[in-house]
Amino acid sequence: MGALGHYIEREGIPTAQISLIREQTAAIRPPRALWVPFMLGRPFGAPNEPNFQRRVLRALLSQYERPAGPILEDFPEDAPGTDDQEGGFACPVSFAAAKVEAGGLAQAMRSEIAQLASWYALAKKRRGRTTVGVFGPTVEAAARHVASYLDGAPKPVPGLSAGTAVKRACDDVKAYYYEAVAAQPGNLAPNAIENWFWRETAAARAFLAIRQYCLNSNDESLKPLGKLSLIPRFVTDGLIETRQKQHETQVQSTSPERT
Amino acid sequence: MARLTDFSEGERKHHLEKIRDLPDFGRTPFVPGPPLLERRVAIVTTSGVHARGDRPFDIGAADYRVIPGDTPAADLLMSHVSVNFDRSGFQEDINVVFPLDRLQELKADGVIGSVSDYHYSFMGAAPIRALEPKARELATLLKKDRVDAVLLTPV
Repeated sequence: MGALGHYIEREGIPTAQISLIREQTAAIRPPRALWVPFMLGRPFGAPNEPNFQRRVLRALLSQYERPAGPILEDFPEDAPGTDDQEGGFACPVSFAAAKVEAGGLAQAMRSEIAQLASWYALAKKRRGRTTVGVFGPTVEAAARHVASYLDGAPKPVPGLSAGTAVKRACDDVKAYYYEAVAAQPGNLAPNAIENWFWRETAAARAFLAIRQYCLNSNDESLKPLGKLSLIPRFVTDGLIETRQKQHETQVQSTSPERT
Repeated sequence: MARLTDFSEGERKHHLEKIRDLPDFGRTPFVPGPPLLERRVAIVTTSGVHARGDRPFDIGAADYRVIPGDTPAADLLMSHVSVNFDRSGFQEDINVVFPLDRLQELKADGVIGSVSDYHYSFMGAAPIRALEPKARELATLLKKDRVDAVLLTPV
Protein backbone atom coordinates (compact mmCIF):
# COMPACT_ATOMS: atom_id res chain seq x y z
CA MET A 1 0.00 0.00 0.00
CA GLY A 2 2.73 2.45 0.98
CA ALA A 3 4.53 1.71 -2.26
CA LEU A 4 1.58 3.06 -4.24
CA GLY A 5 1.80 6.27 -2.23
CA HIS A 6 5.39 6.73 -3.40
CA TYR A 7 4.69 5.74 -7.00
CA ILE A 8 1.58 7.93 -7.47
CA GLU A 9 2.81 10.96 -5.54
CA ARG A 10 6.07 10.92 -7.49
CA GLU A 11 3.90 11.53 -10.55
CA GLY A 12 2.47 14.66 -8.94
CA ILE A 13 -0.76 13.40 -7.34
CA PRO A 14 -1.12 13.78 -3.55
CA THR A 15 -1.95 10.57 -1.69
CA ALA A 16 -3.03 9.61 1.82
CA GLN A 17 -3.35 6.04 2.99
CA ILE A 18 -4.83 3.92 5.71
CA SER A 19 -2.15 1.83 7.41
CA LEU A 20 -3.14 -1.51 8.91
CA ILE A 21 0.35 -2.71 9.84
CA ARG A 22 2.13 0.21 11.42
CA GLU A 23 5.64 -1.22 11.27
CA GLN A 24 5.34 -1.82 7.55
CA THR A 25 4.18 1.73 6.90
CA ALA A 26 6.91 3.18 9.13
CA ALA A 27 9.48 1.30 7.05
CA ILE A 28 8.07 2.48 3.70
CA ARG A 29 7.52 6.12 4.78
CA PRO A 30 4.72 7.04 2.37
CA PRO A 31 3.70 10.73 2.10
CA ARG A 32 0.63 10.60 4.38
CA ALA A 33 -0.63 7.68 6.45
CA LEU A 34 -3.11 7.07 9.25
CA TRP A 35 -2.54 3.90 11.23
CA VAL A 36 -5.77 2.37 12.46
CA PRO A 37 -6.02 -0.28 15.22
CA PHE A 38 -8.45 -2.45 13.24
CA MET A 39 -8.30 -6.02 12.04
CA LEU A 40 -6.92 -6.79 8.61
CA GLY A 41 -9.70 -6.50 6.05
CA ARG A 42 -11.47 -3.62 7.83
CA PRO A 43 -9.57 -0.40 7.10
CA PHE A 44 -12.58 1.75 8.07
CA GLY A 45 -13.25 -0.14 11.27
CA ALA A 46 -16.61 -1.84 11.18
CA PRO A 47 -19.53 -2.43 8.81
CA ASN A 48 -22.75 -0.44 9.15
CA GLU A 49 -21.07 2.17 11.34
CA PRO A 50 -21.28 5.22 9.08
CA ASN A 51 -20.45 7.76 11.80
CA PHE A 52 -17.35 5.85 12.82
CA GLN A 53 -16.29 5.29 9.20
CA ARG A 54 -16.73 9.01 8.60
CA ARG A 55 -14.48 9.85 11.57
CA VAL A 56 -11.74 7.61 10.18
CA LEU A 57 -12.13 9.12 6.73
CA ARG A 58 -12.05 12.70 8.05
CA ALA A 59 -8.95 11.94 10.12
CA LEU A 60 -7.26 10.64 6.99
CA LEU A 61 -8.41 13.52 4.79
CA SER A 62 -7.26 16.08 7.37
CA GLN A 63 -3.69 15.13 6.48
CA TYR A 64 -4.20 16.99 3.20
CA GLU A 65 -4.24 20.21 5.21
CA ARG A 66 -0.66 19.70 6.44
CA PRO A 67 2.15 21.60 4.79
CA ALA A 68 4.84 18.91 4.96
CA GLY A 69 5.43 15.21 5.41
CA PRO A 70 5.90 12.34 5.59
CA ILE A 71 3.04 11.95 8.06
CA LEU A 72 2.29 8.80 10.05
CA GLU A 73 -0.38 9.29 12.70
CA ASP A 74 -2.37 6.90 14.88
CA PHE A 75 -6.16 6.87 14.90
CA PRO A 76 -7.13 6.96 18.59
CA GLU A 77 -10.30 4.85 18.64
CA ASP A 78 -10.86 1.10 18.49
CA ALA A 79 -13.45 -0.20 16.06
CA PRO A 80 -17.00 -0.54 17.39
CA GLY A 81 -18.10 -4.08 18.15
CA THR A 82 -14.67 -5.40 19.03
CA ASP A 83 -15.60 -5.59 22.69
CA ASP A 84 -16.50 -9.17 23.64
CA GLN A 85 -19.51 -7.86 25.51
CA GLU A 86 -21.02 -6.74 22.23
CA GLY A 87 -21.80 -10.18 20.91
CA GLY A 88 -18.21 -11.11 20.20
CA PHE A 89 -18.54 -14.55 21.73
CA ALA A 90 -21.71 -15.59 19.98
CA CYS A 91 -21.11 -18.69 17.92
CA PRO A 92 -22.90 -20.13 14.91
CA VAL A 93 -25.00 -23.23 15.42
CA SER A 94 -23.12 -26.42 14.59
CA PHE A 95 -24.23 -28.61 11.74
CA ALA A 96 -25.93 -31.77 12.91
CA ALA A 97 -25.33 -33.60 9.68
CA ALA A 98 -21.87 -32.37 8.78
CA LYS A 99 -20.17 -35.04 10.82
CA VAL A 100 -22.07 -37.81 9.03
CA GLU A 101 -20.24 -38.33 5.81
CA ALA A 102 -21.85 -41.45 4.43
CA GLY A 103 -21.76 -39.89 1.01
CA GLY A 104 -18.24 -38.57 1.44
CA LEU A 105 -16.93 -35.07 1.89
CA ALA A 106 -18.49 -33.72 -1.29
CA GLN A 107 -21.92 -34.89 -0.22
CA ALA A 108 -21.43 -33.45 3.27
CA MET A 109 -20.54 -30.09 1.70
CA ARG A 110 -23.58 -30.18 -0.56
CA SER A 111 -25.71 -31.00 2.46
CA GLU A 112 -24.31 -28.01 4.34
CA ILE A 113 -24.94 -25.74 1.39
CA ALA A 114 -28.54 -26.90 1.30
CA GLN A 115 -28.95 -26.35 5.04
CA LEU A 116 -27.56 -22.85 4.75
CA ALA A 117 -29.69 -21.89 1.74
CA SER A 118 -32.41 -20.09 3.66
CA TRP A 119 -29.86 -18.14 5.74
CA TYR A 120 -28.01 -17.21 2.58
CA ALA A 121 -31.24 -16.03 0.95
CA LEU A 122 -32.01 -14.00 4.04
CA ALA A 123 -28.55 -12.40 4.04
CA LYS A 124 -28.81 -11.58 0.35
CA LYS A 125 -32.23 -10.03 0.80
CA ARG A 126 -31.24 -8.02 3.86
CA ARG A 127 -27.99 -6.76 2.35
CA GLY A 128 -29.33 -6.39 -1.18
CA ARG A 129 -26.22 -8.06 -2.48
CA THR A 130 -23.93 -11.06 -2.35
CA THR A 131 -20.20 -11.38 -2.93
CA VAL A 132 -20.65 -14.86 -4.39
CA GLY A 133 -20.00 -14.67 -8.10
CA VAL A 134 -16.27 -14.71 -8.73
CA PHE A 135 -16.32 -18.27 -10.13
CA GLY A 136 -19.84 -18.30 -11.48
CA PRO A 137 -23.29 -16.95 -10.84
CA THR A 138 -24.26 -19.45 -8.14
CA VAL A 139 -22.60 -21.30 -5.30
CA GLU A 140 -23.78 -24.59 -6.77
CA ALA A 141 -21.48 -24.16 -9.79
CA ALA A 142 -18.55 -23.41 -7.47
CA ALA A 143 -19.40 -26.35 -5.22
CA ARG A 144 -19.54 -28.70 -8.20
CA HIS A 145 -16.05 -27.61 -9.18
CA VAL A 146 -14.74 -28.08 -5.63
CA ALA A 147 -16.41 -31.50 -5.50
CA SER A 148 -14.72 -32.55 -8.72
CA TYR A 149 -11.40 -32.40 -6.85
CA LEU A 150 -12.78 -34.47 -4.00
CA ASP A 151 -14.02 -37.02 -6.50
CA GLY A 152 -10.50 -37.26 -7.91
CA ALA A 153 -11.48 -35.88 -11.30
CA PRO A 154 -10.87 -32.12 -11.39
CA LYS A 155 -12.98 -30.61 -14.09
CA PRO A 156 -11.21 -28.21 -16.47
CA VAL A 157 -12.77 -24.78 -16.91
CA PRO A 158 -12.29 -23.35 -20.41
CA GLY A 159 -10.06 -20.30 -20.40
CA LEU A 160 -8.86 -20.69 -16.81
CA SER A 161 -5.85 -22.45 -15.34
CA ALA A 162 -6.67 -25.21 -12.88
CA GLY A 163 -5.35 -23.07 -10.03
CA THR A 164 -7.36 -20.00 -10.95
CA ALA A 165 -10.56 -22.00 -11.33
CA VAL A 166 -10.33 -23.88 -8.06
CA LYS A 167 -9.25 -20.78 -6.13
CA ARG A 168 -12.25 -18.82 -7.40
CA ALA A 169 -14.57 -21.75 -6.69
CA CYS A 170 -13.29 -22.10 -3.12
CA ASP A 171 -13.65 -18.33 -2.56
CA ASP A 172 -17.27 -18.42 -3.72
CA VAL A 173 -18.10 -21.41 -1.51
CA LYS A 174 -16.51 -19.70 1.50
CA ALA A 175 -18.30 -16.41 0.79
CA TYR A 176 -21.60 -18.30 0.67
CA TYR A 177 -20.97 -19.91 4.07
CA TYR A 178 -19.82 -16.63 5.65
CA GLU A 179 -22.74 -14.63 4.30
CA ALA A 180 -25.26 -17.30 5.27
CA VAL A 181 -24.06 -17.79 8.81
CA ALA A 182 -23.79 -14.04 9.40
CA ALA A 183 -27.57 -13.87 8.91
CA GLN A 184 -28.16 -16.16 11.90
CA PRO A 185 -29.11 -14.60 15.23
CA GLY A 186 -26.34 -13.57 17.55
CA ASN A 187 -24.46 -10.68 15.93
CA LEU A 188 -21.56 -12.97 15.17
CA ALA A 189 -18.05 -11.62 15.56
CA PRO A 190 -15.69 -12.13 12.60
CA ASN A 191 -13.48 -14.55 14.49
CA ALA A 192 -16.51 -16.61 15.56
CA ILE A 193 -17.48 -17.02 11.91
CA GLU A 194 -13.92 -17.89 10.98
CA ASN A 195 -13.54 -20.42 13.79
CA TRP A 196 -16.86 -22.01 12.94
CA PHE A 197 -15.97 -22.33 9.26
CA TRP A 198 -12.53 -23.83 9.80
CA ARG A 199 -13.49 -26.00 12.78
CA GLU A 200 -16.98 -27.17 11.95
CA THR A 201 -17.64 -27.43 8.25
CA ALA A 202 -17.16 -30.09 5.62
CA ALA A 203 -16.30 -27.28 3.21
CA ALA A 204 -13.19 -26.44 5.24
CA ARG A 205 -12.21 -30.11 5.25
CA ALA A 206 -12.73 -30.13 1.51
CA PHE A 207 -10.41 -27.14 1.14
CA LEU A 208 -7.75 -28.90 3.24
CA ALA A 209 -8.04 -31.93 0.97
CA ILE A 210 -7.68 -29.73 -2.10
CA ARG A 211 -4.68 -28.04 -0.56
CA GLN A 212 -3.02 -31.43 -0.23
CA TYR A 213 -3.90 -32.19 -3.84
CA CYS A 214 -2.28 -28.89 -4.88
CA LEU A 215 0.88 -29.57 -2.88
CA ASN A 216 1.25 -32.96 -4.57
CA SER A 217 0.43 -31.65 -8.03
CA ASN A 218 2.84 -30.99 -10.87
CA ASP A 219 0.53 -28.29 -12.20
CA GLU A 220 2.33 -24.97 -11.74
CA SER A 221 -0.96 -23.14 -11.28
CA LEU A 222 -1.95 -25.35 -8.36
CA LYS A 223 1.30 -25.32 -6.36
CA PRO A 224 1.04 -21.75 -5.03
CA LEU A 225 -2.50 -22.44 -3.85
CA GLY A 226 -1.28 -25.27 -1.65
CA LYS A 227 1.30 -23.03 -0.06
CA LEU A 228 -0.54 -19.76 0.35
CA SER A 229 -3.94 -19.05 -1.01
CA LEU A 230 -6.49 -21.60 0.15
CA ILE A 231 -5.98 -22.01 3.87
CA PRO A 232 -5.27 -19.17 6.34
CA ARG A 233 -1.96 -19.17 8.14
CA PHE A 234 -3.61 -19.72 11.52
CA VAL A 235 -4.72 -23.13 10.23
CA THR A 236 -1.54 -24.11 8.42
CA ASP A 237 0.67 -22.87 11.25
CA GLY A 238 -0.96 -25.34 13.59
CA LEU A 239 -2.77 -22.65 15.54
CA ILE A 240 -6.00 -24.43 14.91
CA GLU A 241 -5.71 -25.98 18.38
CA THR A 242 -5.64 -22.52 19.95
CA ARG A 243 -8.62 -21.60 17.82
CA GLN A 244 -10.31 -24.86 18.87
CA LYS A 245 -10.12 -23.81 22.52
CA GLN A 246 -11.41 -20.36 21.62
CA HIS A 247 -14.18 -21.95 19.61
CA GLU A 248 -15.15 -24.32 22.46
CA THR A 249 -15.33 -21.33 24.79
CA GLN A 250 -17.57 -19.59 22.29
CA VAL A 251 -19.82 -22.64 21.98
CA GLN A 252 -20.04 -23.12 25.75
CA SER A 253 -20.77 -19.48 26.37
CA THR A 254 -23.76 -19.61 24.04
CA SER A 255 -25.02 -23.16 24.62
CA PRO A 256 -28.59 -23.50 25.97
CA GLU A 257 -27.37 -25.53 28.97
CA ARG A 258 -25.49 -22.53 30.22
CA THR A 259 -28.32 -20.08 29.95
CA MET B 1 -4.87 -5.27 15.91
CA ALA B 2 -2.87 -4.73 13.89
CA ARG B 3 0.54 -4.15 15.38
CA LEU B 4 3.03 -6.92 14.82
CA THR B 5 2.98 -7.65 18.54
CA ASP B 6 -0.72 -8.54 18.20
CA PHE B 7 -0.12 -11.25 15.62
CA SER B 8 0.60 -14.91 16.12
CA GLU B 9 4.24 -15.91 15.74
CA GLY B 10 3.68 -17.25 12.22
CA GLU B 11 1.87 -14.12 11.13
CA ARG B 12 4.49 -11.88 12.70
CA LYS B 13 7.29 -13.77 10.95
CA HIS B 14 5.50 -13.43 7.63
CA HIS B 15 5.09 -9.67 8.02
CA LEU B 16 8.62 -9.14 9.34
CA GLU B 17 9.96 -10.94 6.28
CA LYS B 18 7.87 -8.66 4.08
CA ILE B 19 9.32 -5.61 5.83
CA ARG B 20 12.86 -6.99 5.54
CA ASP B 21 12.39 -7.54 1.80
CA LEU B 22 11.05 -4.05 1.08
CA PRO B 23 12.92 -2.10 -1.57
CA ASP B 24 14.41 1.29 -0.73
CA PHE B 25 11.91 3.89 -1.83
CA GLY B 26 14.32 6.78 -1.34
CA ARG B 27 13.12 10.23 -0.41
CA THR B 28 9.40 10.53 0.30
CA PRO B 29 7.66 12.78 -2.22
CA PHE B 30 5.17 15.32 -0.85
CA VAL B 31 2.98 17.21 -3.29
CA PRO B 32 1.07 20.24 -1.96
CA GLY B 33 -2.43 21.08 -3.10
CA PRO B 34 -5.46 23.29 -2.54
CA PRO B 35 -7.54 23.27 0.65
CA LEU B 36 -9.43 20.03 1.27
CA LEU B 37 -12.79 21.57 0.45
CA GLU B 38 -11.57 22.20 -3.10
CA ARG B 39 -10.03 18.81 -3.72
CA ARG B 40 -11.26 16.09 -6.05
CA VAL B 41 -10.94 12.70 -4.37
CA ALA B 42 -10.52 9.21 -5.84
CA ILE B 43 -10.17 5.88 -4.05
CA VAL B 44 -7.33 3.57 -5.00
CA THR B 45 -7.67 0.34 -3.07
CA THR B 46 -5.44 -2.72 -2.89
CA SER B 47 -8.33 -4.87 -1.69
CA GLY B 48 -8.89 -6.73 -4.95
CA VAL B 49 -12.39 -5.29 -5.26
CA HIS B 50 -13.82 -5.14 -8.76
CA ALA B 51 -17.11 -4.80 -10.56
CA ARG B 52 -19.12 -7.95 -11.21
CA GLY B 53 -18.35 -9.04 -14.75
CA ASP B 54 -14.87 -7.50 -14.73
CA ARG B 55 -11.82 -9.79 -14.61
CA PRO B 56 -11.16 -11.20 -11.15
CA PHE B 57 -7.58 -10.88 -9.87
CA ASP B 58 -5.29 -13.88 -10.14
CA ILE B 59 -2.20 -14.71 -8.13
CA GLY B 60 0.54 -12.17 -8.89
CA ALA B 61 -1.78 -9.77 -10.74
CA ALA B 62 -0.17 -6.31 -10.72
CA ASP B 63 -2.68 -4.51 -12.90
CA TYR B 64 -5.73 -2.58 -11.78
CA ARG B 65 -9.46 -2.56 -12.36
CA VAL B 66 -11.57 0.54 -12.92
CA ILE B 67 -14.57 0.98 -10.64
CA PRO B 68 -16.96 3.62 -11.97
CA GLY B 69 -18.31 5.78 -9.16
CA ASP B 70 -21.89 4.84 -9.98
CA THR B 71 -21.27 1.10 -9.60
CA PRO B 72 -23.97 -0.24 -7.26
CA ALA B 73 -22.71 -1.96 -4.12
CA ALA B 74 -24.50 -5.10 -5.33
CA ASP B 75 -22.07 -5.23 -8.25
CA LEU B 76 -18.87 -5.14 -6.22
CA LEU B 77 -16.98 -8.37 -5.66
CA MET B 78 -13.61 -9.13 -4.10
CA SER B 79 -11.04 -11.49 -5.61
CA HIS B 80 -7.95 -10.75 -3.53
CA VAL B 81 -5.90 -13.95 -3.46
CA SER B 82 -5.00 -13.74 0.25
CA VAL B 83 -7.07 -15.69 2.75
CA ASN B 84 -5.47 -13.97 5.75
CA PHE B 85 -7.79 -11.03 6.28
CA ASP B 86 -11.41 -10.62 7.24
CA ARG B 87 -13.96 -10.50 4.42
CA SER B 88 -17.10 -10.61 6.53
CA GLY B 89 -16.99 -6.84 6.99
CA PHE B 90 -16.92 -6.19 3.24
CA GLN B 91 -19.68 -8.74 2.75
CA GLU B 92 -21.82 -6.76 5.16
CA ASP B 93 -20.93 -3.23 4.02
CA ILE B 94 -18.62 -2.19 1.18
CA ASN B 95 -17.77 1.04 2.98
CA VAL B 96 -15.60 -0.76 5.52
CA VAL B 97 -13.14 -1.29 2.65
CA PHE B 98 -14.29 1.02 -0.13
CA PRO B 99 -15.86 4.11 1.50
CA LEU B 100 -17.62 5.50 -1.53
CA ASP B 101 -20.86 6.36 0.30
CA ARG B 102 -18.90 8.14 3.03
CA LEU B 103 -17.02 10.19 0.43
CA GLN B 104 -20.27 11.23 -1.24
CA GLU B 105 -21.57 12.34 2.16
CA LEU B 106 -18.45 14.43 2.78
CA LYS B 107 -18.93 15.98 -0.65
CA ALA B 108 -22.56 16.81 0.19
CA ASP B 109 -21.39 18.35 3.50
CA GLY B 110 -18.83 20.50 1.70
CA VAL B 111 -15.85 18.85 3.38
CA ILE B 112 -14.28 17.90 0.05
CA GLY B 113 -14.70 19.49 -3.36
CA SER B 114 -15.81 16.53 -5.45
CA VAL B 115 -15.64 12.77 -5.82
CA SER B 116 -14.00 11.34 -8.92
CA ASP B 117 -16.18 9.49 -11.40
CA TYR B 118 -13.64 6.67 -11.43
CA HIS B 119 -11.92 4.69 -8.71
CA TYR B 120 -9.32 1.97 -9.01
CA SER B 121 -8.41 -1.34 -7.45
CA PHE B 122 -5.20 -3.34 -7.27
CA MET B 123 -4.66 -6.68 -5.58
CA GLY B 124 -2.30 -6.07 -2.70
CA ALA B 125 -0.53 -9.42 -2.80
CA ALA B 126 1.25 -8.45 -6.02
CA PRO B 127 5.03 -8.03 -5.87
CA ILE B 128 5.68 -4.41 -4.84
CA ARG B 129 8.00 -3.47 -7.69
CA ALA B 130 5.58 -4.96 -10.22
CA LEU B 131 3.00 -2.35 -9.20
CA GLU B 132 5.11 0.64 -10.27
CA PRO B 133 4.44 0.71 -14.06
CA LYS B 134 0.69 0.40 -13.58
CA ALA B 135 0.72 2.96 -10.76
CA ARG B 136 2.44 5.46 -13.07
CA GLU B 137 -0.10 4.72 -15.78
CA LEU B 138 -2.87 5.23 -13.24
CA ALA B 139 -1.40 8.58 -12.17
CA THR B 140 -1.80 9.81 -15.76
CA LEU B 141 -5.48 8.90 -15.68
CA LEU B 142 -5.94 10.58 -12.30
CA LYS B 143 -4.34 13.77 -13.62
CA LYS B 144 -6.65 13.81 -16.62
CA ASP B 145 -9.56 13.50 -14.22
CA ARG B 146 -8.15 16.44 -12.16
CA VAL B 147 -7.88 14.28 -9.04
CA ASP B 148 -5.71 15.94 -6.39
CA ALA B 149 -6.39 13.68 -3.41
CA VAL B 150 -6.01 9.91 -3.65
CA LEU B 151 -7.26 7.76 -0.79
CA LEU B 152 -5.22 4.58 -0.60
CA THR B 153 -7.07 1.82 1.22
CA PRO B 154 -5.62 -1.63 1.97
CA VAL B 155 -7.03 -4.79 3.47
